[in-house]
Amino acid sequence: MSNGNMNLTLKVWRQKNAQTAGKFVTYKAEGISPDMSFLEMLDVVNEGLTLKGDEPIHFDHDCREGICGMCSLYINGHPHGPKRAITTCQLHMRSFHDGETITIEPWRATAFPIVKDLAVDRSAFDRIQQAGGYVSVNTGGVPDGNAIAIPKVIADEAFNSATCIGCGACVAACKNASAMLFVSAKVTQLGLLPQGQPERYRRVQSMVAQMDEEGFGNCTNTGACEAECPKEIKLTNIARMNNDFLSAKLFRQEEIHEEQHGGA
Amino acid sequence: MSLDAKIPQGPLAEKWSKHKFNLKLVNPANKRKYDIIIVGTGLAGASAAASLAELGYNVKSFCFQDSPRRAHSIAAQGGINAAKNYQNDGDSVYRLFYDTIKGGDYRAREGNVYRLAEVSVNIIDQCVAQGVPFAREYGGLLDNRSFGGSQVSRTFYARGQTGQQLLLGAYSALNRQIHAGKVKMYTRTEMLDVVVIDGHAKGIVTRNMLTGAIETHAGHAVLLCTGGYSNVFYLSTNAIGSNVTAAWRAHKRGAFFGNPCYTQIHPTCIPVSGDHQSKLTLMSESLRNDGRVWAPKTKELAEQLRKGTLKADQVKEDDRDYFLERKYPAFGNLVPRDVASRNAKEMVEDGRGVGTSGFAVFLDFADAIKRLGEETVAAKYGNLFDMYIQITDENPYKQPMRIYPAVHYTMGGLWVDYNLSTNVPGLYALGECNFSDHGANRLGASALMQGLSDGYFVIPYTLGDYLATIGPKKVDTSHPAFEQTKKEVIEHVNKLLALKGTKTAEAYHRDLGHIMWEYCGMARTEEGLIKAKGLIKALKVDFWKNAKVVGENEEVNASLERAGRVADFIELGELMIDDALMRRESCGGHFRVESQTESGEAKRDDENFAFVAAWEFKGENQPEELHKEQLVFESVHLSQRNYA
Repeated sequence: MSNGNMNLTLKVWRQKNAQTAGKFVTYKAEGISPDMSFLEMLDVVNEGLTLKGDEPIHFDHDCREGICGMCSLYINGHPHGPKRAITTCQLHMRSFHDGETITIEPWRATAFPIVKDLAVDRSAFDRIQQAGGYVSVNTGGVPDGNAIAIPKVIADEAFNSATCIGCGACVAACKNASAMLFVSAKVTQLGLLPQGQPERYRRVQSMVAQMDEEGFGNCTNTGACEAECPKEIKLTNIARMNNDFLSAKLFRQEEIHEEQHGGA
Repeated sequence: MSLDAKIPQGPLAEKWSKHKFNLKLVNPANKRKYDIIIVGTGLAGASAAASLAELGYNVKSFCFQDSPRRAHSIAAQGGINAAKNYQNDGDSVYRLFYDTIKGGDYRAREGNVYRLAEVSVNIIDQCVAQGVPFAREYGGLLDNRSFGGSQVSRTFYARGQTGQQLLLGAYSALNRQIHAGKVKMYTRTEMLDVVVIDGHAKGIVTRNMLTGAIETHAGHAVLLCTGGYSNVFYLSTNAIGSNVTAAWRAHKRGAFFGNPCYTQIHPTCIPVSGDHQSKLTLMSESLRNDGRVWAPKTKELAEQLRKGTLKADQVKEDDRDYFLERKYPAFGNLVPRDVASRNAKEMVEDGRGVGTSGFAVFLDFADAIKRLGEETVAAKYGNLFDMYIQITDENPYKQPMRIYPAVHYTMGGLWVDYNLSTNVPGLYALGECNFSDHGANRLGASALMQGLSDGYFVIPYTLGDYLATIGPKKVDTSHPAFEQTKKEVIEHVNKLLALKGTKTAEAYHRDLGHIMWEYCGMARTEEGLIKAKGLIKALKVDFWKNAKVVGENEEVNASLERAGRVADFIELGELMIDDALMRRESCGGHFRVESQTESGEAKRDDENFAFVAAWEFKGENQPEELHKEQLVFESVHLSQRNYA
């Protein structure tokens, strides 16, 4: 436990909606306990604003335990703030010092339009998943769970990719606002597992096509996404996705074509 | 009005299959003529939406988050039970059923719980088929671990993120149907009322959280899958957005509320550190597989630990009281949640609590690390340990975690029959939103099970029966009931926006939470509950006089959203107090101080309280009317729970 409260200056991006221009507004955050989370610090500031009759700063958040992926915030130039491998809700004020000025901005990407202040619209991510990020299986009529044996290392590897929380930090970190780390995580998870094989090549094509349509940029292997990912999703996922994508383009046309037309 | 739970006749093991056969079917070609409204996209909502759309129904799915993937089911950590007996350790459908009935302190329905145990087996298969990366053994088969309240290893898991993986599985099934055009998804949309026509639910009224537009949606049935209401306590392990509004508004439109006071207190949460805290974080119950719970043997040692003059690892083995292992040798640290929670509270009340506040006991991994090595412990629980480090700035690999009970799950909810139908025809409640299956206490790894059971395997059958009965005649929003309900919703919104007092909704929420935790939390007395009733009544009056809401309706307005939810929580709080007052017995997590055994365990009163309390709303500020559904136990004998 740390002691002693802090006084901070916040430079916060305020923007009414996607149609209105935004600007930085400066606020004081006073008497902040180092044990507060970053979002709890904003709660305190917001309570003060509300009591004055001002509009509170709007930001997305929900579970506040690092798993729902709803919280965002670009803090001092980093998605989810300065610490590695955590979300904003798990960032605590002990990571800052008394008297510090903190700059808080929304994710900035064409494919993520501003909702209000610090919140952006990430529905593009949902549409990419909808394009094929699943195994086509109906409820019921499935084999026994143990009928599909999966080597532990494969299951673990698939799990590592499956931990993506869809927060969008990878996009925010990327100079091209590329969504490839996000997309590749799902592609890899299902591509590694036997259940994902039947649609493997079709999946990667559909998801990549949707990703492009949403206006995300390209990957130039800079690695900022991996460095800023709160769940430490690896760049190797992108390599796997590229591999499957290329394979689909060069060798699997027939298979994909047939599937898209409902097979024989 | 009499309550008919519609539990099928006949032997326990045949109830569900017979019932499925007896339910009416909707011809596949007719299914596309029906529109189903589903509110909430957690395990219950997403699985129901996907399954019903697969069958051919038109589904409209709603959530208040920016994406269906954010539903709070995603935060569940430990695992999901299934009676697979893969471990050859004596598990069976009957044993899972029995453990659940007993764990729920004989306040759940036999029929429902048996069905849950039966269906549990299919849930795992379904999730595996979707690509959920469950933990595997080196041989490639599914791994299991054990959880509180059972002596077999039946919990399937995906590290400490089982809920996340199960939800992403259901979300992917939902996505497939959105892509196929069978589900229309409405995100950032909050349900504010149910439209009831001739006694049947025919639609909902929603608020678009981006534009403030109050909209109406019609359907042949409405399914509420909106989760629990633990946030009535302000501090809980629930997501900040979790609320009771949809369920509460449905209650005010006629749906009975079942066992509202049944709250589960989870024993292993990170303790509260200060007034600023917005939520509590759970450390999965699975940690008690390897972690040992202890408190210092004497008050003097506890005092030194609190002051920091003594470190936990300096306390000699002889000076430690592993109280759960001592009192419950058969179950040890894996006793059910209510038992573990009460014992931690006793330690604190005995002056043996640790941490700066004194409201904590230790959960120690030193032995496990010695036995298994740090690497193995990290592989099993690493993400939880990391989370603990972030929040407390302490390293649980080096010194024991500090834990204390916190509100985690609500077993109460809208009353439903065996078909998951509320008493309002056409209005269904699934998952944590309903009251059923858990009884007075929920065992670990059973919430995920119920959410998915309801969504994947129960509602697709039972809903069809209702739809076949009413027929596919279109309902549409031109009916005057829609306009009327919408008008009332707008009035309510305007009333909230007109609140220009001096206190934020958040501050009222905090006050409500204090009252609820103090008087309706881990232990309750008649005196305390009567006091709380008065306090909440006064809080409600004050809220509508002095609350402050800023902004306007026609835009994103978190202040307005919060105020609406807090207003509903206050009303629910009143009902919870009434329910707790009425139930003059202890059961599960609901501990009435006046009703305990000589050894201090919860003492039930089966003669007078073996019933489900179903409350009927009778108008604003009127006392609610209690209806009783008598619980019938044909297969298990009611006995004092004993985990020694």
